[in-house]
Amino acid sequence: MSIVTEPVAASERAAELPSRLPPRKAGTARGRTDAVVGWIMLAPAAILILTFLLVPIGLTFGLAFTNARLISPEPAHFVGLDNFVAVFTDDTFWASLRNTIVFTVVIVPLQSALALVLAVLVNTRTRGTTFFRTVYFLPVVTSIVVVSMLWLFLYQKDGLINVVLSKVGIQGPDWLGDPHWALLAIILMSAWQAMGFHMIIWLSGLQTIPAELYEAASLDGASRWQQFTNVTWPGLRGTRTFILITITIAAFGLFAQVNIMTQGGPLNSTSTLVFQAVRSGFQQQQTGYASAISLVFFVLVLIVTLTQRFLTRDKEARR
Amino acid sequence: MSATIRDIADIETAHAPNPRRGRLPGWGAALTLAAKILLALVFGLPLVFMIVSSFKPDTQIFGDLGGIQAFLPVGNISLNNYVGVFDRVPFAQFLFNSVLISVLTVGLGLIVNSLAAFALSRIRIPGGRIALGVILATLIVPFEVMALPLLWEVNQLPYFDGSQIVQGWLDTYTVQIVPFVASAFSIFLFYQYFDSIPRELDEAARVDGAGWFRIYRSIIMPLAGPAIATVAILTFLPAWNQYLWPLMVTQSEAVRPAMVGIDYFKQLNTSWGQIMAYASIITIPVLALFVAFQRSFVNSIASQGLKG
Repeated sequence: MSIVTEPVAASERAAELPSRLPPRKAGTARGRTDAVVGWIMLAPAAILILTFLLVPIGLTFGLAFTNARLISPEPAHFVGLDNFVAVFTDDTFWASLRNTIVFTVVIVPLQSALALVLAVLVNTRTRGTTFFRTVYFLPVVTSIVVVSMLWLFLYQKDGLINVVLSKVGIQGPDWLGDPHWALLAIILMSAWQAMGFHMIIWLSGLQTIPAELYEAASLDGASRWQQFTNVTWPGLRGTRTFILITITIAAFGLFAQVNIMTQGGPLNSTSTLVFQAVRSGFQQQQTGYASAISLVFFVLVLIVTLTQRFLTRDKEARR
Repeated sequence: MSATIRDIADIETAHAPNPRRGRLPGWGAALTLAAKILLALVFGLPLVFMIVSSFKPDTQIFGDLGGIQAFLPVGNISLNNYVGVFDRVPFAQFLFNSVLISVLTVGLGLIVNSLAAFALSRIRIPGGRIALGVILATLIVPFEVMALPLLWEVNQLPYFDGSQIVQGWLDTYTVQIVPFVASAFSIFLFYQYFDSIPRELDEAARVDGAGWFRIYRSIIMPLAGPAIATVAILTFLPAWNQYLWPLMVTQSEAVRPAMVGIDYFKQLNTSWGQIMAYASIITIPVLALFVAFQRSFVNSIASQGLKG
């Protein structure tokens, strides 16, 4: 999971920004010079974004309907829905879609709730708080590639985790070798790695809640749990939306852990959409087929984003 | 950035349960502390294990698993694993590649994105608002969606290899840097920051006859320190940690970054001690940067949540 997550509502917010540019008549000589200088400054970014962001997005749609191959002397040609038929009749695709959704559905509540627990635990001024915050955050600055390598060892049948479990009388499973456990193993590790990131975001959300609300609540005799449900939780609405959406989208993109730890196995129990897209589009060089999978992935992301916007809008309307 | 958080310790305790009124009973405080310590072990010990094991021979790594010595640098401690890493693969080359790619991506990105944000924030340009809208709309598209089509695209692009023009960018530094220089998110962060700088400053400079480039260089950028730090960190980490893309676009050792190299390294050998040594070398610089620039790290992450 990458450390960079994008605020999804960004475009909406920018649209609301009032234009505070000084009014200037378009036809004047100075206005024209400004426009030229402005575009010169904008040009490098505009050209790069066009070439490496907009064109590939467009290509995802275009190539999905062709038989394009990564390296081919023949130009690609239109094949209609062939790629989609091939994708949707492939059991591995359905297993990958299922795994991607299971991964997301499990990790979103798990990771966000535990990160909130961490945030609440370290939201104190007691001695050692900085130490705990720093330690919880360390896995975030460790690359997921390194983390996957490390846990590949920890998860071995006779690895550290099972040795520790055996001390308390539990016989641990063959985490990555057993189709029933492999996906769960990857979920636990991924949550471990990224949780500190969301802890920081929860913490900064907690900071925005006015202290007077807590004072009023405790004057009214509210217990700590009542304070949490009546003050903290409603106060974190914005933070919550951001955290849910970023974890969800990052979860859909699951790839590195799978590629390093299990290669999609055992028995496709950890294969994911992105893993299949890379396998077909890179290893087998079937760009058209991979684009069709990417498009399915894109649709999933869109559904989540639009649902989230619909839900938050609904709430605002009711207020 | 009204609620600026300067480092992990500075995140205010928004509502720290009022120490007088809401004081936990003694056992409650003890329980909380126990939970914190347990969690610290869960988050910290795997990394301690990684670094400690990188100094031990394989037989000892496995032998130590049963006890506390798994997390202690005891027994047969040496740098042999580190020597082994450099012996088996051109690791210095991998590291150099990673540093070069990250530094260039960050450096070029700071210039290109701040220039664009400056133009969008300060200069009235026809089509500017549409450009901004399009740039921000791309924020919702994860890189993985377009990775494969982008791979196909860069393989079609013409490339000047120093003497002639050939087809395809694969297996170069260029293909690992150029597509990641412009970033919608960086433009957004700069744009937001520039908008908070009072316009009177550049209006005055305009009256004095300063051109836009001069205003950008001498007025706006010197004031944009926090935004520069945030963008640099949020560009550096993914550039350093990049995995999916270099996995697909690099074939030769000459341009392979360290992160992809570890996968390749593991396929060459199964000495866990050496793998831990490799993992430690590529992790420790980032951990060191984190400790050194902790304020900026946390600030850049926290600011995302506040803005989202």
